[in-house]
Amino acid sequence: MRFMMLMYPQIEETEWEPKGEAFEAMGRYNDELQKAGMLLSLDGLRPPSEGASVSFDGEGRATVTDGPFAETKEVVGGYWLIQARSKEEALEWASRVPGESCRVEVRQIFELEDFPQEIQDAYQGS
Amino acid sequence: MAEATRAIEAVWRIESARLIAGLARMVRDVGLAEDMAQDALVAALEKWPETGVPENPGAWLMATAKNRAIDRMRREKTYERKREEVAHDTGLLFALERSDFEAAADDEIGDDLLALIFTCCHPVLSREARVALTLRLLGGLTTAEIARAFLASESTVAQRLVRAKKTLREAKVPFEVPRGAELDERLPSVLEVIYLVFNEGYAASAGEDWVRADLCEEALRLGRILAELAPGEPEVHGLVALIEIQASRLRARRGPGGEPVLLLEQNRGHWDPLLIVRGRRALERAEALPKPIGPYGLQAAIAACHAAAIRAEETDWVRIAALYETLAQIQPSPIVELNRAVALSMAFGPEPGLDLIAEIEDDPALTNHHLLPSVRGDLLEKAGRQEEAASEFKRAAELTANDRERELLLKRSRQPGA
Repeated sequence: MRFMMLMYPQIEETEWEPKGEAFEAMGRYNDELQKAGMLLSLDGLRPPSEGASVSFDGEGRATVTDGPFAETKEVVGGYWLIQARSKEEALEWASRVPGESCRVEVRQIFELEDFPQEIQDAYQGS
Repeated sequence: MAEATRAIEAVWRIESARLIAGLARMVRDVGLAEDMAQDALVAALEKWPETGVPENPGAWLMATAKNRAIDRMRREKTYERKREEVAHDTGLLFALERSDFEAAADDEIGDDLLALIFTCCHPVLSREARVALTLRLLGGLTTAEIARAFLASESTVAQRLVRAKKTLREAKVPFEVPRGAELDERLPSVLEVIYLVFNEGYAASAGEDWVRADLCEEALRLGRILAELAPGEPEVHGLVALIEIQASRLRARRGPGGEPVLLLEQNRGHWDPLLIVRGRRALERAEALPKPIGPYGLQAAIAACHAAAIRAEETDWVRIAALYETLAQIQPSPIVELNRAVALSMAFGPEPGLDLIAEIEDDPALTNHHLLPSVRGDLLEKAGRQEEAASEFKRAAELTANDRERELLLKRSRQPGA
């Protein structure tokens, strides 16, 4: 099973880039994941002010809005993609993230076997 | 309650290998170390639902395992026992009391884990025993899970595990990481176990018991752990590269009816690009080392060639044929030669492939094997020799044990060129 751990740093733009101790602690955590053979990939995202969002108006028309976004608390700062043997194991890893006041959301990745047989068949026949 | 138990089991699966490894370093016996670790798990299952999981669960488990063992041995000392038993336990007590797990540095823990891997995969054990012990002590799988994964009965696996631990004890296998020439000698037996676990999962068809499919992930996990513990060994990275790339094709290798889809006919859009990238990176790590790559690295390089071709027609068969030639030199095998024959025919036409097959057709390993006539039929067909091809397919159909394959071969024998 694979899980995405989404990090919501809940900090202001000005503190966006982790420094010093926080940066080192995160490095150690990432090493642990790697050594445990669980880590598939990870990335940190640049601050929301450099980003933009594309929203659709209900009729399929797209509008681009430049960042930053109103709710800075609800902005993703990075993610880990991990392999775990159960949701509980993924949650255990998430609770080991060296965070002070952040939120880590754990979401399981859809696998082909999760879909109904006819969808699997259509996929495999394509 | 059930939720708390599952959370504890998750912690256990993360911590158990390091715990057992650390204990085995102290008591020099993996069987005893496992018993001690199990004791600590029982304690955790009693305590943690009330207290919550402690801040550092690994250290808690280690301290508990040690204290419980020390208590038990002190208690037992007072009973009437044989002198050598008491002497043995006194030695253990001494080892436990002076050991300091908290102070163990990262690389020491790494060394313990590596020693545990090498002990579980010791050549004194049968292949089945090595696989079972590795999944049990390093994967944290239960006996029931191992039994389900290998379609064996629970009592068979339990017996296998007991015997394996006894064998290690009786053979006085030291708990250590082999060095130098001994490392080179023993590494293949470790890699073989990981590859066997992977293939057991890979052979299981989709939708079957999850434990079997999960074996691929478990093998990948073990391989990646080993790659971090032994970064200087190219074959470790070679094996990781090979199984990452093979795993990238998991979604593409079955058709809608569950039938196997051959590599060249797979929808390459269904290959997992993340695993391909990971595999390629592992291969680069292997190739960057001063030691030359071996059979796993070469097979990974072949797999990487396939992965690099966006369409099957773009496959670099010249390079694949050359890689098979190198592989055949360092690990001579008629199956490798057969694969080389296929690669040669894809690169240069059917004749060089047929010539090579003629050279190996009398190899005893291939008599009564359906692969040789099946490949020869294929090449004869490409060469336009339809009648000869038909009789080869017929022979292959008689030899295969797989119903679906037989059907396909018979169909080809009736309508060559179809």
